[in-house]
Amino acid sequence: MITLLKNGRIYDPTSGKDGVIQDIYIKNGRIIAKPSASEKITQTYDLTGKVVMAGAIDMHSHIGGGKVNIARMMLPEYQETKKYTEPEAHVCTPNCSHNATPSTTDTGFRYIEMGYTAAFEPALMPVNARQTHLEMADTPMIDKGAYAMLGNDDYFLRMLTAKKDQKAINDYVAWILNATQSIGIKVVNPGGINAFKFNQRKLDLDENNSYYQITPREILKSLSTAVHQLGIAKPLHVHCNNLGAAGNFQTTLDTMSASDGLPMHLTHIQFHSYGTEGDKKFSSAAAQISEALNKNKHITADVGQILFGQTVTASGDNMMQQLNAKHANPKKSVIMDIECDAGCGVVPFRYKDQNYVNALQWAIGLEIFLSVEDPWRIFLTTDHPNGAPFTSYPHLIRLLMDKTFRNEAFAKLNLDAQAMSNLTSLDREYSLYDIAIMTRAGAANLIGLNDRGHLGVGAGADITIYTDQTDREAMFAKPDYVFKDGELVVKDGKVVKVVWGATHTAKPAFDIAVEKDLKDYFEKYHTMQLDSFKMSDDEISNDGRGSVIVHKNKKSSH
Amino acid sequence: MKSSTNIALPISHCCPACGLLCDDLVLNSISPVSIKNACVKGVSFFEKAFAKNTANPSVAGKPTDLNNAIQAAANILSTANHPLFAGLGTEVRGMRSVMQLAEKTDATLDHIHSEGTVCNTLAMQNSGWQTTTLTEVKNRADVILAIGTDIVSSHPRFFEKLVWNTDTLFNKPKPEVIYLGLAEKTAKLPEIMNALNALMSTKNPLHKKPDNDMISGVTIASLKQILEKLKAAKYGVVVWSTSALKFPQAELTVQSITQLISKLNETNRVAGLPLNSGDGDSSVNNTSTWLSGYPTRNRFVNGHAEYDAYHFSTKNQLNRCDALLWVSTFNAYQPPACEAPTIVIGHSNMQFEKQPDVFIPVGIPGVDHTGTMFRMDSSVAMPLKKLRDTELPSLSDVISQIEAKLA
Repeated sequence: MITLLKNGRIYDPTSGKDGVIQDIYIKNGRIIAKPSASEKITQTYDLTGKVVMAGAIDMHSHIGGGKVNIARMMLPEYQETKKYTEPEAHVCTPNCSHNATPSTTDTGFRYIEMGYTAAFEPALMPVNARQTHLEMADTPMIDKGAYAMLGNDDYFLRMLTAKKDQKAINDYVAWILNATQSIGIKVVNPGGINAFKFNQRKLDLDENNSYYQITPREILKSLSTAVHQLGIAKPLHVHCNNLGAAGNFQTTLDTMSASDGLPMHLTHIQFHSYGTEGDKKFSSAAAQISEALNKNKHITADVGQILFGQTVTASGDNMMQQLNAKHANPKKSVIMDIECDAGCGVVPFRYKDQNYVNALQWAIGLEIFLSVEDPWRIFLTTDHPNGAPFTSYPHLIRLLMDKTFRNEAFAKLNLDAQAMSNLTSLDREYSLYDIAIMTRAGAANLIGLNDRGHLGVGAGADITIYTDQTDREAMFAKPDYVFKDGELVVKDGKVVKVVWGATHTAKPAFDIAVEKDLKDYFEKYHTMQLDSFKMSDDEISNDGRGSVIVHKNKKSSH
Repeated sequence: MKSSTNIALPISHCCPACGLLCDDLVLNSISPVSIKNACVKGVSFFEKAFAKNTANPSVAGKPTDLNNAIQAAANILSTANHPLFAGLGTEVRGMRSVMQLAEKTDATLDHIHSEGTVCNTLAMQNSGWQTTTLTEVKNRADVILAIGTDIVSSHPRFFEKLVWNTDTLFNKPKPEVIYLGLAEKTAKLPEIMNALNALMSTKNPLHKKPDNDMISGVTIASLKQILEKLKAAKYGVVVWSTSALKFPQAELTVQSITQLISKLNETNRVAGLPLNSGDGDSSVNNTSTWLSGYPTRNRFVNGHAEYDAYHFSTKNQLNRCDALLWVSTFNAYQPPACEAPTIVIGHSNMQFEKQPDVFIPVGIPGVDHTGTMFRMDSSVAMPLKKLRDTELPSLSDVISQIEAKLA
């Protein structure tokens, strides 16, 4: 069984191919070299004039786990799909879907229909790992993976206070990755979620958690070192302190130095790029942040663009969500402390284009996109659903690729916000090649998915084929074909075959002796046993649908 | 027909008898069965599970083989337009298969304990809430206010595990436990909670009343005292149980409780802890939510989910449905009386006043097969182990086979 994709125009940044006409051969779910003349081609797709890219990878999207399900539960009104005849904002287009809390089935379908073949849940709470994987297992069509949250759990903070050596920290971090079936480590408001339980309401980078007398900077240093020394491909995923607060850009700049030059990823950086200038004491610090990103090559970031309309913010950062709850729209929120592990805050939001702050948030995100020079170090996200539902990606791609479209939207925004943004002076338009870097090659490279995000021989045949259109939104909203592991699963934007995808993990080795102290800790302080906490491969694969893929570590530095 | 092989070694095990899902039970299932660390509910659950049973599948009260029973169930569901799937005493895997069958048959779904679940959901959907989980309670709580519940009746090891524990992460004192609105006072809780909320505002005229004035049987002085304790708490926990709030619009009382918690959090840390009722209610509610987008009480119409916490209740649907599928795998609960053809899938000890059209005994999750269950606080999902080999199929096996045979 060999499938031939003939004559397509290939955008494959991993191999430097920028619009090269080339044939692709697929066999057993993989891309193969041109077979010998004696091998039979079973199926041929003529892709003359079509744009061919690897399947897109969303490196940060809240698709499963406690807070996502809480959002669904709290907001049944969101399930009513809005029609374009009632646009949420002046800049809405037909592809602005506002279903912020899709079911697992809808999540998988909407992703694959846009040509995305993988999405990564960035905030798996270790104690909630089983639920996260249950939801991802019920998400069809795409591959999945998760970053486990550490840095607010009392076990880790006790280790830091007790001045445990880096090796002990590394063993714990590696153990967490194994036990929770995750591929990366995330830290949310380092130390802050924990501090909130002691009634601290704010925590700066160099401020102590009042109980542990530990600063966020120390947490970041310890975790980024562990991730690096263990050889985990995905750099530490950092949700900085002070999310959403005016003036927080200084925290973000300072955070870039906290890893002492080791790789670190700053997530939804738009929410962390706010100054305090102007009458309203809220301004864009996109220029400072972009400049720092351009300079600090060890830092990567995803944007967390906001788009206008109704959504919900679901975050581990209950400290900041407690403050944000006063802006909730509709007025309700769920704030939780969870298992001496972390917490969560779910707050519905309605971003309005005539609201000064919201309009400026929109502009700040785009300013960052257009000012960060290296598309390999900046990623296209809306922090689904926090900035906007992931279904708005085609709209966002058009904003990046089409200056006229962008400036027309800008002209409809709150006038005070327009006065505070330099967006229209940024002439850059992303190319198809840039988009392929941000949403494919760069994302795969960042997470360490060696056989995804590219179209080279040996790659998994996750392939998306578009009709080249000047309306980039229409183009990216509805691919002609999507292949998942070599099978045609979407035709003309509609699912034609249901598949289940795999779960990507990293499982660095660790000293099993780490479990001795953990077992004691669980028995004394937890309300479940260590064995119940750990997730086995079977729990993901035993229903015959899911499977676990383990990615090799990068060469460890120790 | 039930030959069973019991696993010889005593193993540590998770008990699905209540929402605490204690996983430190040590069970030896070779006769005589011995159970360590189990509470009265747990012992009763496992004793019933291990009781000798002789149930066979039956159609119209006559024993038959599994295949015939499955075919008969499929026949009923194939001709039904508005089936009701009720009881739903199952865990995550069972619920996933039930949801899939419901989508195919346009069924309405309701859980046996959803009256209580829905009260909490409605309050949460109206104003949200601020809550906590068991390990936080164990390590942080210094004041516990129990509203309308003694906690132990429904969650027997709550105090042993979470209140009287001597090991805590932060060397906190044992919490002070305050009970409010127990027994006959429960019906007065709407007024009592309103008074507590009113007293949170210093401007409220209630403050001008004498301290020994009574509000629904409680002195203003003692209400003020409760508030002072909660305000002084380092980490206060407010526990309630909707199953105890047996009066109309109880969700408003839950909202009153969560409002109080929210107000207290403006200055110090206080969190809510709603208790659940069991039979997989948290598991069913969560699974339903991620699969359909909606929590408990929903239905499928032409494969699309719809949600209505009131209309889709078992009580409202029993006379409207044209088939009833009753599921009860943890306990041998009988189905409610229903005119429509009735299929029962559940605990093999089930006895019937009126024989259902189809009865299919299935294994008990956590005894006869593995499974996954959500704890009362929903943040933790626990793996259930298999304790013995039996010939009883699992609920999901049976449901999948019914689905495969739908006309």
